[in-house]
Amino acid sequence: MYRISTQSLNTLFEEISRVCTLYIPSENKKGDSVYTRYEAGVEYSNKLNTVRSPKDFFFPHMENLMEFKTEGKTVQLIDIREETEDFVVFGVRPCDVKSFEVLDNVFLNEPVDTYYKNRREHGVIISLACNRPAETCFCGTFGIDAAKPEGDVSAWMTEGYLHLKPNTEKGEKLVSAISGILEECDDTAVTALQENINNIMKKLPLANVTTEKFGGGKTEEFFNAPEWAALSESCLGCGTCTFVCPTCQCYDIKDFNTGKGVIRYRCWDSCMYSEFTKMAHGNNRLSQKERFRQRFMHKLVYYPENNNGLFSCVGCGRCLAKCPISMNIVKVMKTLGGKDNG
Amino acid sequence: MQVNERKPLIVAFCCNWCSYAGADLAGNNRLSYPADVKIIKVPCSCRVNPMFILRAFQRGADGVILCGCHPGDCHYTSGNYYTRRRMALLFSMLDYLGIEKERTRVEWVSAAEGAKFAATMNDFAQTVAALGENKRLEDLRCKK
Amino acid sequence: MQKITRDLLVEKAVSLLENGTVDMVLGWKKGEFDYDITPAVFADADSLKDFVFDDFCGANFSKYLISNTKKTASKVLVFLKPCDTYSFNQLLTEHRFDREKVYAVGIPCDGMVDIHKIRAISGEGIAKIECGEKITVSTIYDETVNIEKADVLAERCVTCKSKKHVAYDELLGEDGEVLESARFDEVEKLESMTADERFEFWQGELSRCIRCNACRDVCPACTCEKCVFDNPASPVENKAAANSFEEKMFHIIRAFHVAGRCTDCGECSRVCPQHIPLHLLNRKFIKDIDNFYGEYQAGEEVGSRAPLVNYTTEDLEPGEAVEGR
Repeated sequence: MYRISTQSLNTLFEEISRVCTLYIPSENKKGDSVYTRYEAGVEYSNKLNTVRSPKDFFFPHMENLMEFKTEGKTVQLIDIREETEDFVVFGVRPCDVKSFEVLDNVFLNEPVDTYYKNRREHGVIISLACNRPAETCFCGTFGIDAAKPEGDVSAWMTEGYLHLKPNTEKGEKLVSAISGILEECDDTAVTALQENINNIMKKLPLANVTTEKFGGGKTEEFFNAPEWAALSESCLGCGTCTFVCPTCQCYDIKDFNTGKGVIRYRCWDSCMYSEFTKMAHGNNRLSQKERFRQRFMHKLVYYPENNNGLFSCVGCGRCLAKCPISMNIVKVMKTLGGKDNG
Repeated sequence: MQVNERKPLIVAFCCNWCSYAGADLAGNNRLSYPADVKIIKVPCSCRVNPMFILRAFQRGADGVILCGCHPGDCHYTSGNYYTRRRMALLFSMLDYLGIEKERTRVEWVSAAEGAKFAATMNDFAQTVAALGENKRLEDLRCKK
Repeated sequence: MQKITRDLLVEKAVSLLENGTVDMVLGWKKGEFDYDITPAVFADADSLKDFVFDDFCGANFSKYLISNTKKTASKVLVFLKPCDTYSFNQLLTEHRFDREKVYAVGIPCDGMVDIHKIRAISGEGIAKIECGEKITVSTIYDETVNIEKADVLAERCVTCKSKKHVAYDELLGEDGEVLESARFDEVEKLESMTADERFEFWQGELSRCIRCNACRDVCPACTCEKCVFDNPASPVENKAAANSFEEKMFHIIRAFHVAGRCTDCGECSRVCPQHIPLHLLNRKFIKDIDNFYGEYQAGEEVGSRAPLVNYTTEDLEPGEAVEGR
């Protein structure tokens, strides 16, 4: 384990950005934390969550896939993907680190999504333990340890020091590249912090929410549950929950006619939208209740069924904080999971 | 030295009854106006939705002008009165967003005003040329 | 002034349910915390135990009346704050819901608070919030913060335009007055900037847009059956803005489509997850309409003719618009 004084945080960022591009959470003028490309003058923000999750780095909101140009009777297909260079993301919370595993299952299994894979291979994640979780946090529900973040390098902010521990080859490489400014240390301070975090996690208001009732094979049990009607009653059908969610991975592929050719791009889609998965025969989910149900069934039943029980929610709490009508996965789990849940 | 002078692209929405006929008259009288003015005929100036104006910019226009019958002379009695209100609000909004207000214009041109049509287009083309390329409402995908 | 409390509203709801005036109640339902309230339909007196009313009940119920009066024959009780009544009237003007199926109870409002502003002061980990003149926030880290309500009022309440109810079947408490508000101050501030500064400002704000459509979906004026931006047959349909042009286009067109019909209820800015000041677009239109065509408040009276479907022969020319404000 290595450490660096928190006063030298900017030196650390300076040093990493000398190796490759670095992104850190920084406050925008509205007081929200957003991942920002580090350069002199960009201040690190200690806020718990960024508004948009770090899934943007690997699965951006909108990306161009290819371009078509026609000349006479020939169609030319041009690969227009941007070459990705190595980059480092600092301060990824344990829940968000876990979200990459959820995305990996989707994009890296056959057929491999090369656009995603390219970005994933070039990204180095420095995670950061949560010293001050929010009331909306429930990562514990999904077996995530806020005190032991995963990622290429794990980091902890203790009194006066930032501790770093590389976990992967990529992580080792990064740490050795900046080892000049780090000092070796034992893990006493980190262990004390971890104990403190674990104590906090136990008394979080959502600490008792469990996934016991959910998982693969529960489709029939929940699909026709009468509760969906009331739960989705006031849903506006906006895409806020999906777009701030670190694990939502649905996208749409569309063509844009530039007048001189066609650009094929993909962009995030939301199952809350009326046009989601529209097919030749029309839409297969005609009411907001069905769309709403899809989102939560996907997270709590369908995804675990296909991915060895892994839930596609990591408990980051963004949807709890952002939903315009404050309807969210915790309310769904508590309603469907019976009285004992939470 | 070769000066590469960029010619601005101008989209002119002209109503079928007055302004388009005005443009015709300008042609019949051999009055010249820039070839970079592309005319799109619409049944009435009030057919022009604010989206048309924005999409013209998206597709590469540097200036958009909307021509209709003089107030009071609309073929449909009152269409251009609605146009007048809509465009006043839209232009004010574009200015509010920091988009050069000289890039948009509304002009009333009757079927008898061939000379006015040519003069208007010449003047507008000059104004837009002075502003240079439209950067604030551009869609780079359409420029390649 | 009679203080409107949760118990008073529940009492009213129960009596209206019991005497058969209404069959269901549109109200605010308690959440996990003290601030995450969800609009809900309460079908009977028993379910009203989860009904809440406090300083976080900002949601405007007017738009919910469209779906609620469409799907059943029953009559619904709705509680309306003064600003909600303007949206209510505007929707009636546009024949968007069945007035016969609604029983509207006006409730006075002394401003709702913004949880984002509270969190900025208290920090993460809010355990309890006690509302009142002073707001007491306690955190799970055993801290207690006292906040003046005035400091955390929602933007639209800071610049509240009216405490007067323009529609109701019954009013609880006393009616207020239309207020002189400072709601155009920020618009004027922007107008006084240079074009470059304005461009930079809006580019910065709109570039945060994630096209979640929350502003549109919550807006009581946005009631198209199928929005042009959702319609695959429309050439502008898109699910994500590809560049700054598409960001601007969506917001300009949306604001334009509600111009003259927007009552300035402020829901768009309340729900924006990226805190884009969308009300500044709507207010610009309202201010221009007032200046160009005479003062007009959408929703003030049912059946009034909106400025964009009206004209006079003496209206100002578009070329004079920028100078004319």
